Parts: sequence; C-alpha cells; structure tokens
Amino acid sequence: MSFINWVDERFPATKVWNEHLAEYYAPKNFNFWYFFGSLAILMLVNQILTGVWLAMSYKPDAELAFGSVEYIMRDVEWGWLIRYMHSTGASFFFIVIYLHMFRGMMYGSYRGPRELLWIIGMIIYVAMMATAFMGYLLPWGQMSFWGAQVIVNLFSAVPFIGEELGIFIRGDFVISDATLNRFFSLHFLLPFVLVGLVFVHIVALHKVGSNNPDGIEIKANKDENGIPRDGIPFHPYYSVKDIVGVMGFLILFSMVLFFAPEMGGYFIEAPNFEPANPLKTPDHIAPVWYFTPYYAILRAVPSIMGSAFPGVLAMGAAIVCFFFLPWLDRSPVKSMRYKGPIQRAALGIFVIVFIILGVLGVMPSTPALTLLAQVCTVLYFAYFLLMPWYSRIDSTKPVPERLT
Amino acid sequence: MKKLIIALMLFATPMLSMGAASTVPLDDADVDLGDKESLQRGFKYFVNYCLSCHSAKYQRFERTANDLGLTVEDVKQNLMFTAEKIGDTMDIAMSAENANIFFGVTPPDLSLTTRSRGPDWVYTYLRGFYLDDSKPMGINNVVFPDVGMPHALWELQGWQEARFKKDEHGQMQFDKFELVEAGSMTPEEFDAAMRDLVNFMTYLGDPSQMERKALGVKVILFLLVLFVLSYLLKKEYWKDIH
Repeated sequence: MSFINWVDERFPATKVWNEHLAEYYAPKNFNFWYFFGSLAILMLVNQILTGVWLAMSYKPDAELAFGSVEYIMRDVEWGWLIRYMHSTGASFFFIVIYLHMFRGMMYGSYRGPRELLWIIGMIIYVAMMATAFMGYLLPWGQMSFWGAQVIVNLFSAVPFIGEELGIFIRGDFVISDATLNRFFSLHFLLPFVLVGLVFVHIVALHKVGSNNPDGIEIKANKDENGIPRDGIPFHPYYSVKDIVGVMGFLILFSMVLFFAPEMGGYFIEAPNFEPANPLKTPDHIAPVWYFTPYYAILRAVPSIMGSAFPGVLAMGAAIVCFFFLPWLDRSPVKSMRYKGPIQRAALGIFVIVFIILGVLGVMPSTPALTLLAQVCTVLYFAYFLLMPWYSRIDSTKPVPERLT
Repeated sequence: MKKLIIALMLFATPMLSMGAASTVPLDDADVDLGDKESLQRGFKYFVNYCLSCHSAKYQRFERTANDLGLTVEDVKQNLMFTAEKIGDTMDIAMSAENANIFFGVTPPDLSLTTRSRGPDWVYTYLRGFYLDDSKPMGINNVVFPDVGMPHALWELQGWQEARFKKDEHGQMQFDKFELVEAGSMTPEEFDAAMRDLVNFMTYLGDPSQMERKALGVKVILFLLVLFVLSYLLKKEYWKDIH
C-alpha cells in the first residue's frame, strides 16, 4: 500500500482508476450492441501495433512500395500475419464502427446530454475515413492508385479552387511518388490523432454517463450513497463481460484473417495485386466497401454543366447529416424500444438504403442501377431531413421509471 | 430489429458475390494446395516453360524448395537455370526494355497473377490458344483476345482451332476447340499438366497460405476455449446482478 500511496501523492492513480473503472457506474442492462465500443478500441490498438511493425519493412517509394509489401508477405518473419492483421483489421474496424453508430441511432445515444459525445464520435469516424483512404494508397497496386485518383479528383471538382486543391493534396499534377510519401506520413500520424480523439470521446462519455437500451437516465434514481440504483461498476462487471465480446469477435476476425483475408476481393481487391500503372486504367474502379455507400450517392447525383461538384456536395452532405442527429430527433423518448412505428420504419429503411447504396457502389453503374441509387439517395436524405417532422408526430410507448 | 438486420445482411451476400463477367465461361482449375506432387510438377513446368520470359521476382528458390518438400540440391541441379544462389529470387536475365522490344509488351511478372486474375482464369487462358491467321503471330486466345504472348506450350498441347457459333443476338460466340495437330501430350494429359501449373502458381501468389490455414485452425480452437472460460468468468461475476 505504501507504494501506491507514494504514487497517489504525486499522480492521481487510484482516483483515475476509481472514476473511470471501479466506481464508474454503467447501466446494468447493456446488451449485444454495447460490445462495439470496446471492440473499436481493440481494433484501433491492433491497427497501430501492426502498422508500426509494417512500417519497419515498408518502403514509401513508388519504385519500391509494391515490392516491399510482397517482401513483407514472403521474406519477413510473420510478415504475412502482421500484414493480414492490418488489412483485415481495417475492414473490421469499419464494421465495428458502423455497428457502434447504429447502436447510437437505435437507442438515441446522441440525444441530450450526449450531443457532444456523438459529435466527437463523428469526428473520429471522419478521421478514420481519412486514415483508411491514405492507407489504401500505400500498397501501390492498381486499385490503390486509381482509387486515390478518383477520390482526389473529387476535390478537384470544387469550383474555382479545385485544380489548385488537387495539386495541393497530391503534391504533384498526378498521383505520384510525392503523393505516396505524404500519404504515408499522414497515415502514420493520424492514428495518434485518433487515440487523442478516442480519449476525449471517453472523457465526454464518463462526464454524462452511458446511455442504455431503455434510453433513460440512471443518474435520476440514486440511492442514499449517491450511487445510481440501476448502475453497476464498469470494473469488474463490464470488463469481464467485454472480454467475452472480445473472444467472440476475435473468432470471427480469425476466420477471415486466416481463411479468407481477401474476403472475395472486398477487403483486398484483386486489381491491387498488380503494381500501379498510370497508363492502364482498370476496367472498373470501385473504392473499398466501407466507402461505397457515399460513392454510390456521388454517382447518383447528375453533374451540372459538366461539373461533378453537385455529387461531391451530396457525398459530403451525406456524412455531415449525421452530425446534426441530436437536433433533428424531436421524439419525446430516446430509445427505439419506446418509439412508434414511423420511427422504427424510418430507421429500418435507412439501414436497408445504406446497405443497398453500399452494394451499388461496388457495381459498375447502368441506367437501371443509377435510378435505384437515386431513389436510395433521396430516401437517405429524407431520413435525416424529415426527422424533425416524423419524430414529433410518431406515437410513443410509456417509458418505465427504472431499467427493464 | 436484430433479426431484421441479420436477414438484410444475408439478403445482401449473393449480390456481393457477383463479379466482373468474362465473355468465355472459365473452367474450374480445381486447385489443391495439399497435393505436394502436383505442386512439384507445376514448379517444373513453371521453370521450364514460363521462367525465361516471365519473372516471379518476389519469390525465392529456397523458399519454394522448402515449401514444396524438395531438397536444395534437387532444385539447384534441375530447376535453377537463371539464378546462381538458392536464396536468389526467381528473376529472369532478360531486361524489361529488351522484352518490350522483342514482344512489343513486357511479359508481366507472374508472382501474383493467380491473385489478380484468379486461378480459373489462368487455367482457361493456358488452354485457350488457337490458330488465327488474322493475327501477326497466327495465334489468338479465347480469354485474352489479341494477346501478345505466343503459344509457349505448343510442343505439349499441339495446335487447336476455335469454332464459333451465333448466339441468340446474332453475335459470334466461342463454342469449342478442335485439335488439328497433336502435341506430345494427349488433351487429358495436357489439362492435368496445366492444372499442376496453375496449382503451383496459386501457391506462388501467397506462399504462406498453407501455413496460414494450419495456424488458423489452432488459433480459433484456442480462442474457443478462451471464449468458454471468459463466459464462465462473466457468469460467475454477474450472478448477483438482477
């Protein structure tokens, strides 16, 4: 005890431990959907550790990059495992984050007083997309190159400053060695920014307390010691429970990692096994699956006077909409458990639309598919823009006093 | 809601599996990486028929020998025509610039071809050369029209002609091959040899894959044990929470 006392006089070790783990009271009714927060941290740590080890053998050079990845895959001891943990981890990170966001939308976790918590989470999501986009260039395969080409050209579609902006991002007139170098640098930096953002996300969470599937505040009902009656200490209850989630998740993760690391061409696309060739455009350029819903929205919006800018705006707006959810939802209740049929249908349709857009984004566009993408795009925005209206007129069920 | 999501995911899977269509249906290469003898024969064909114009520059001879159960001496004596040391990569003497002058195109490195094109594509391609007088070299390929590569395996396969027929839209579609000059192998022997070659090239695309799958089984079994133990631990801790 004397050692910990010595430390506590100089650093609040016991205080931090208690405030954030042993005496952080979480609602006792967390279900399946509450595993994804801790799993997201697990994936972030996985990406950083494997990424640091990959960087020990990777060469950010247009002449050497592709070969250095194959060197990692063939000649570096356990290099194939580290590389596949990283490439599979990227996709699983997004799966976990999408499920984590869905949980928040289902149980109204973005509602007051958790608006800022939600916004910090959305900033994490955007930073993650930037990190993933830059990371996908690094293997310097055909899809790395042409995917980056397409995405950077989106910025070039901005009126007036677009061309300059494209050159600023690439560091060159085309995707080149200069682009590869800066993307590698930023791909190494951004994960540590993510760590900082995750820290802020958790600080905000522990200030307002966790939401729960019933969407009611456990802090409203405290016992004589000031402890929420429906709360249990995060440690040991949720620490041991999250370990179960981690094990279940790692089993699924290992199935892909060891038996289908390319995941049928969706986690690692087949053209990426050919080195980048600026003179040879692949037949069909598709971004990696986690960007495809937005890519489908981009393609669905018709260009005006030859400029793709409206599509780019729609794509940006599709992401920005999420930020405003706390103020768009006017329902008197938070959780989908007590919301009425309109809001349940709205969320269900939104999920279906998001998945359809994701599938459309990997397929070559045809007139019929473009029409489908346009219908889905309208529904996508309707979910957000009509929410202030339909969330208010929807019926609700009575919310219980205590957790169920 | 949970059931709905799962149903949606299942609904989306067949849509995801639709890939880019080829005009010619691809034959199944029936790859089996557990068949060491097939891999060894494939290695032999690869070194003899491919590895003079095409490189496999990311792969080393020694690694291949070890993975395929061959001795270093065997490989050195019989299969290394282009390299000095067993630790060398499977590179070729011809420079890319020269190759471009000779063939009009640099023959691509073959280390990853089964990963970028798929084993079935390579299998169908290798058996898809036919005589075509309209082409400068007098040959063409059904899966890779106007290909720059000559029929390097003609000694084994012989020469075949392609027969086309009109489909319902009046378009000419490939129908079947007819052998017009026999090679040293029967068609069945040639197909088997090409299967061995594609089998080897599939190994070549990701040489750690046999080790990977073997390790995967152990890792998952280990995680299953940990899953059960952690579940029991959770149950023990949670027994007083109602």
